[in-house]
Amino acid sequence: MTQAKEAFKAMRIFFTGVGGQGTLLATRLVGEAALEEGLSVAMSEIHGMAQRGGVVESSVVVGDVFSPTIPDGEADILMAFEPLEAVRALPKCNPKTMVISSTIPLVPFTVATGQSTYPDVEELRKMTEEKVGRLLWVDAMALAKQAGSDRASNIVMVGILAGTGCLPISKQSWQGALKKILPGRILEVNRKAFELGFKAGEESGK
Amino acid sequence: MHELLTPKSGEKHLLLGNEAIVRGALEGNVRFVAAYPGTPSSEIIDRFYQIGPDAGVYVEYSVNEKISVETAGAAAVSGVRSLCSMKHVGLNVAADAFMTLAYVGVKAGMVMVVADDPSLHSSQNEQDNRYYAKMGNVPMLEPTTPEEARKMTLEALKISETFQIPCMLRTTTRVNHCRGPVTLGDLPTDAPSGEFKKDPFNLVVIPMVGRKLRLALLEKVAKLQEEADRSPFNFTEGQGKWGIITSGVSYLYVKDAVRDLGIEDKVKILKLGFTFPHPKGLIRNFLEGLDKLLVVEELEPFLEEAVRMTAQEAGLPVEVAGKGAQLIPRAFELDAVKVKRALQSFFGVSYEPPQVFAVPQLPMRPPNLCPGCPHRATYYSVKKVFGEDAIYPSDIGCYTLGVLPPLKMADFLICMGSGVSSSGGFSKVLDQPVVSFIGDSTFFHSGITGLVNAVSHDHRFLLVIMDNGTTAMTGHQPHPGIELTPQGKITPKVSLENLVRGCGVERVFTVNPLQVQKTQDVLQNLRESMKEPGVSVLISKSPCPLYENRMLHKKTKVVFQVDASSCDLCKRCLTELGCPAFVWERSASGQECIRINESLCSGCSVCSQICKSIKPKRVGEGKGGNE
Ligand code: SF4
Ligand code: SF4
Repeated sequence: MTQAKEAFKAMRIFFTGVGGQGTLLATRLVGEAALEEGLSVAMSEIHGMAQRGGVVESSVVVGDVFSPTIPDGEADILMAFEPLEAVRALPKCNPKTMVISSTIPLVPFTVATGQSTYPDVEELRKMTEEKVGRLLWVDAMALAKQAGSDRASNIVMVGILAGTGCLPISKQSWQGALKKILPGRILEVNRKAFELGFKAGEESGK
Repeated sequence: MHELLTPKSGEKHLLLGNEAIVRGALEGNVRFVAAYPGTPSSEIIDRFYQIGPDAGVYVEYSVNEKISVETAGAAAVSGVRSLCSMKHVGLNVAADAFMTLAYVGVKAGMVMVVADDPSLHSSQNEQDNRYYAKMGNVPMLEPTTPEEARKMTLEALKISETFQIPCMLRTTTRVNHCRGPVTLGDLPTDAPSGEFKKDPFNLVVIPMVGRKLRLALLEKVAKLQEEADRSPFNFTEGQGKWGIITSGVSYLYVKDAVRDLGIEDKVKILKLGFTFPHPKGLIRNFLEGLDKLLVVEELEPFLEEAVRMTAQEAGLPVEVAGKGAQLIPRAFELDAVKVKRALQSFFGVSYEPPQVFAVPQLPMRPPNLCPGCPHRATYYSVKKVFGEDAIYPSDIGCYTLGVLPPLKMADFLICMGSGVSSSGGFSKVLDQPVVSFIGDSTFFHSGITGLVNAVSHDHRFLLVIMDNGTTAMTGHQPHPGIELTPQGKITPKVSLENLVRGCGVERVFTVNPLQVQKTQDVLQNLRESMKEPGVSVLISKSPCPLYENRMLHKKTKVVFQVDASSCDLCKRCLTELGCPAFVWERSASGQECIRINESLCSGCSVCSQICKSIKPKRVGEGKGGNE
């Protein structure tokens, strides 16, 4: 069930991913949907070297909060597009935080060259689950492929967030936002990706 | 139509702070825009470049910030409203023009957007440019949100025009790259034409003119001071004996902190938007009747100094604090938690800061030169020929990432253009060979003067100009030497090679770094000839593949694969070249192998030229390169 708007106070959502994963687009989508719904919203992005394979971090705050950024320990939701990055961003979380994380590793270059080793994914899951309030650990890539493009994982993830209903944003506003920010030729695939994510999000609460 | 050209006023759009500034400038009838890109300011000039023709605005990517101030200043002196934008260190480059343009002044509004980068998200230092406004006696506004950025851009134009002086709009990364709802205003339809009235005794700063203008400037500042006291961008909130003075994005952290701590009924906030000249009258009134006052601002104690001085002048007994132990840190960005801690300690309120989860040591994910980046190939070859003990001064751009292992090809860097000039210094006092790196855009920005200096003083070094045909680091902006445009290939307006020869360099060679052996042969020759004094230049020329894909929609037809049967696991591909497409793996049984990730490989072929076990493989249609 989607949150009732009246009871809703505020939600701070932290996004983390790897350059090229569409983290900023996903951030934008959440922001546009909140605006469409008439909620107050502020987002913060860091541009720069991140495109070259580094970590990309951004945030959306919805509702009655002023700061556009999220201090350590104050994220209500963590959206991680990569499991290692989910753990790296744990300092943003607290014992009540809900984490939605993609399970597919993107191996950092330091690992590819043998300078360090990638932790066991199951270990990463446990580390996250132990600390936070709720963890949705999902193979967003599989759903994206099912929708027709492995590049749509970012939209699948936003779909999951929408499906959990923790934001007071109607389906209609989500759809409006999708249409607004995605160019026509890739809109259909992304709509499907969003829907598949949405269903997964809804079911996770059952 | 572009979102920023929406004619209807009253509509709400979710804009980046930088886009809001563009919209504000359009609503304020700015018709001339000049800038050199620099994070976090780049989207301002980029958006203008996209919409310039439709909006009737002249837009140029100037070769550096000083030039952008001078060209935009000329437009404003001729009655055409103008804007220039730069990152904080850009104002160091433009400072010469900035300081004296403040004397000469403008006829139409001119806004200078200067973007500071607290926490150095993508910069070499963390300087507080508010001091430039003070040093230059130039009015300054500091927005907090994208909406305020739009409004203040309009106001800055008005102030500038009224007082006939450029106005600085000082932002920080969290304003430039924050996205928030912005309510659009009307776009004007009339385009003023320029007119210049000759007036050398006010516009040509020979000493006698400068002296007169200096006095006039001080008068302007006095009047601007009164304006700051009246500005609606400076306002108070709340009631109480405790005071907070703040500006920019810090105001938002203060609002959250005061509410979270439940001290709304005890605290009075003075939010400053017009921060130079300091609104002293307003500050004085605010201080009266307060017991304690905390100044909450990022970076330097800029406002704090003004507040302390005002309190002292007025003989007010209020306790003032700001930067200091347990209070507001002087380095890096603030956030609501840092502010809450400071309020806790200064006002003695209770606060339980969040427990922060510890995270075990995780593999790092540093940014990296892209797969197929020609810079990597250049570094590889230079290192092969000049080895570990040459000194490698570097410069600012994507290629700075060559500092990371395995290349480790940067030894000294302070600012744009320093690679060339510092090499001259190194070469005079050291016996080792000196090889300096600079990108094409940076060379145009501030490398040329260093080269002229080196030639005229017989400095002995090799300058490698890494010409990838664009300004890649900040998002692929054009510069005078570009050959690729959306329309296809063109002849560049300025030829690098002719320019270098024109500076008096005789040993100039151009190579394609993707041809590894040929490049190394040329380098070997250059190494020999460096026994003679003088500067040698190697232009290492190959387009940035990301830019090439975007401009020419080039598809990758061939990728490279490691032939496991002949690979002897020497790992040179990883330890010497380090293309991020390589993957080293160890199977459960302990067996090692090296692969190339096909979806990352851009087919540059460099690795196959250094290892016989790497072979090409054709790929089907549809692999769209590495973007
Ligand atoms: S953007 Fe271009 S120049 Fe920069 S690292 Fe990537 S390929 Fe190299
Ligand atoms: S050809 Fe080799 S060096 Fe070039 S991108 Fe592919 S793997 Fe990297």
